[in-house]
Amino acid sequence: MHQMHGAGETGAVQPAIELRGIDKRFGAVHANKEIDLKVDKGTIHGIVGENGAGKSTLMSILYGFYQADAGTIHVDGKLCEINGSEDAIAVGIGMVHQHFMLVETFSVLENVILGVEGGAVLRDGVEKAREELKRLEREYSLNIDPDAIVGDLSVGLQQRVEILKALYRGAEILILDEPTGVLTPQEADHLFRILDTLKEQGKTVVLITHKLREIMAATDNVSVMRQGAMVAHRKTAETSPEELSELMVGRKVLLRLEKGESNPAATVLKVDNLCVDNAQGVRKVKNATFTVRAGEIVGIAGVSGNGQSELLEALGGIRSASEGTVELNRQDVTAGKGVDAAELRRRGVAHVPEDRHRMAMVTAFSAKEAAILGYEDDPAYQKGGLLDWDAISAATANMMSEFDVRPDNPDLKAANFSGGNQQKLVLAREIMRDPELLLVGQPTRGVDIGAIEFIHKRIVAMRDAGKAVLLVSVELDEIMSLADRILVMCDGAIIGEVAASEANERVLGLMMAGVDPNEAKAAEGQA
Amino acid sequence: MDTFQLIILLLDATLRTSTPLILAALAGMFSERSGTINLALEGMMLGGAFSAAAVAFYVGSPWVGLLAAIATTIALSLLHGFACITHKGNQVVSGMAINILMSGLTALVGIALFAQGGKTPALDKGSRFQPITFPGADAVQDVPVLGLIYSELLSGHNILVYVAFLAVPAAWWVMYRTRFGLRLRAVGENPGAVDTAGIGVVAMRYRAVICSGVLVGMSGAYLSTAQGASFLQDMTAGKGYIALAAMVFGKWRPFPALAACLLFGFLDAAATRLQGVVLPGIGEVPVQLVQALPYILTVILLAGFIGRAIPPKALGRAYVKER
Repeated sequence: MHQMHGAGETGAVQPAIELRGIDKRFGAVHANKEIDLKVDKGTIHGIVGENGAGKSTLMSILYGFYQADAGTIHVDGKLCEINGSEDAIAVGIGMVHQHFMLVETFSVLENVILGVEGGAVLRDGVEKAREELKRLEREYSLNIDPDAIVGDLSVGLQQRVEILKALYRGAEILILDEPTGVLTPQEADHLFRILDTLKEQGKTVVLITHKLREIMAATDNVSVMRQGAMVAHRKTAETSPEELSELMVGRKVLLRLEKGESNPAATVLKVDNLCVDNAQGVRKVKNATFTVRAGEIVGIAGVSGNGQSELLEALGGIRSASEGTVELNRQDVTAGKGVDAAELRRRGVAHVPEDRHRMAMVTAFSAKEAAILGYEDDPAYQKGGLLDWDAISAATANMMSEFDVRPDNPDLKAANFSGGNQQKLVLAREIMRDPELLLVGQPTRGVDIGAIEFIHKRIVAMRDAGKAVLLVSVELDEIMSLADRILVMCDGAIIGEVAASEANERVLGLMMAGVDPNEAKAAEGQA
Repeated sequence: MDTFQLIILLLDATLRTSTPLILAALAGMFSERSGTINLALEGMMLGGAFSAAAVAFYVGSPWVGLLAAIATTIALSLLHGFACITHKGNQVVSGMAINILMSGLTALVGIALFAQGGKTPALDKGSRFQPITFPGADAVQDVPVLGLIYSELLSGHNILVYVAFLAVPAAWWVMYRTRFGLRLRAVGENPGAVDTAGIGVVAMRYRAVICSGVLVGMSGAYLSTAQGASFLQDMTAGKGYIALAAMVFGKWRPFPALAACLLFGFLDAAATRLQGVVLPGIGEVPVQLVQALPYILTVILLAGFIGRAIPPKALGRAYVKER
């Protein structure tokens, strides 16, 4: 991982950005409460906070995407009225959005000049832009071909196109919103090197993230947000992940999961040569072969979009397998041959899908309706051919108390629970059926730290109760702390397996980028 | 009549039948490349045709009729834009609503004004677009091969035919070589990228549907004041949909769309020519089959023979800033 910077070199004079008393409401939601923030010129400033703490809203206000209800923005000491992205660009603020704002069918050059074409006819501006791009690429070693089509580039490179776009517009202040969510650890390191170069050139960088490791590694100063308010400012060198997480959550949290040795028993899930195609007929899972035994957690790591989702969906019975077999306790349960999600559930496979809102629950339903989805035919929920709402309410209340879902009101609309509480409800629904096998994807995506701790404990408890667990996650920290064995997927294939005790971020990162596991370990040995 | 002459005549008819398709397909392209589905081409064409014929009848000039047609279709485009862009309504429903509205409204106003059962009165020569004869066309008529191509195929069409064919490279140039075209294509692929680049998404989409209106207006005027001599009820007879099919067929690109329009125009011309003709071994050609060919071809070819037609990514989706 990247080296930490000393805080000594950041003795700055005029803040590059100063926010005073920024306040913003969305209806009943108070997204930003009287925020004050100073970002020194020529520094990398981190902003941390849980999902929904108001970080992105604050940055959107700074970039002119929303207007604050109250408060002022000062750039280089001057009061600025920022009513749209064009105003932000004009005062030298550039933004790299979490979801890239790129036109995939365009070339890098076309994406960069969009909005600053330099003339009604493209030819006039294009050659000048090409020269300028060459200069920027040399200066910041971005390694991008200006004529490449953006859709063909890797995510890491697309992100550099976004940075290039901002620099081309003369940005002196660069805001990056959760920039590493889609990157391999190596790509993230490369990004931080680029940010360092930017800093050396006198640019100011604001880094928004919920990953404390990145804050510690890459920033000079850090500000912490909680529930819409700015709760602390620290010099990175003078704080610790423990302190920051406590500030973020408002109470002490255990960052490292305590778990004992695993006791694997008989094989529960046996996947043999499984291939899965997507709707366009593209093979997304290529000859996956592995087993999951009772009493162990097998983690599948990989950069998002490398076939993990399709694998999980095929095992869960919602996507047909094209080739290969899946056996559950020696019985064929390959999806597509008369085996669907309902049949798998009857046989004791619980599935917590990756995308909570799209696949795990109907947010317009009440909690009790959401709590029986997929199990509504259970006789326990039926009375005389109709749903027995008293029994369902009681069961939901039971789930809520068992999984600490707050508020514990079975009649509340699912959409009105926080992400963490929605996820706990989904987990309760699946885990309390006492399944043989738990398939769980991205269990803590969009979930606050406090709930992450709880969810991780419950997953480990499943394992300790002798159940088999297959975990898919793009968060390496999560995989490394939960799994007993780690499989790494790249481009649809399982590149290799690493025991959790031997795993580290570098080896996994190389494997996620498609490097053979033996080579990855050898490279690690040399490093 | 020898075979060569027959082919020339058939191609000559193809140019005439494909002209309204080309203009309308380009109109559709401008709208859809910016992210707004334009099913309303059929209705707009009808509205344009009616306005052109009615105004040309009163004023006695096809040019004023053409302007009236364009004004009508721009107004309809703005209506479509108001529903789809400003109010983020369903673009298919808005398009179909305009089609149904115009089918009824043109007939209603036609009956009210002229009392000829929905038709407009026949236009005299001066109120229509007349064929333009190229210099020396008559002189070279008897030169073998080239003479016939020049005098029959290239010369002797009205101005709108030439405009339609010139509009294709012009549209290509605007789309791929200008700032306006770059922004227009970007707004149909990822409006967020356009917004964050400091360009107004809504304004951009409105400008695109106005371009669409201008082109489809010409297409309507062509039907009633150039190819025909009056407006007839529902005279577009599905040409708007065929043009839309040609645009999809051409993958939302000007030159491939032109090729598709020529193919469909050729089938149309052939259907007329083949009416009642007995071909050896086949017997009498069923005209209905030939008329249905454009639709059948579109379905079959789109189903996989020309590769996937990938529409603009943001097509049909109103732009909403995410929270």
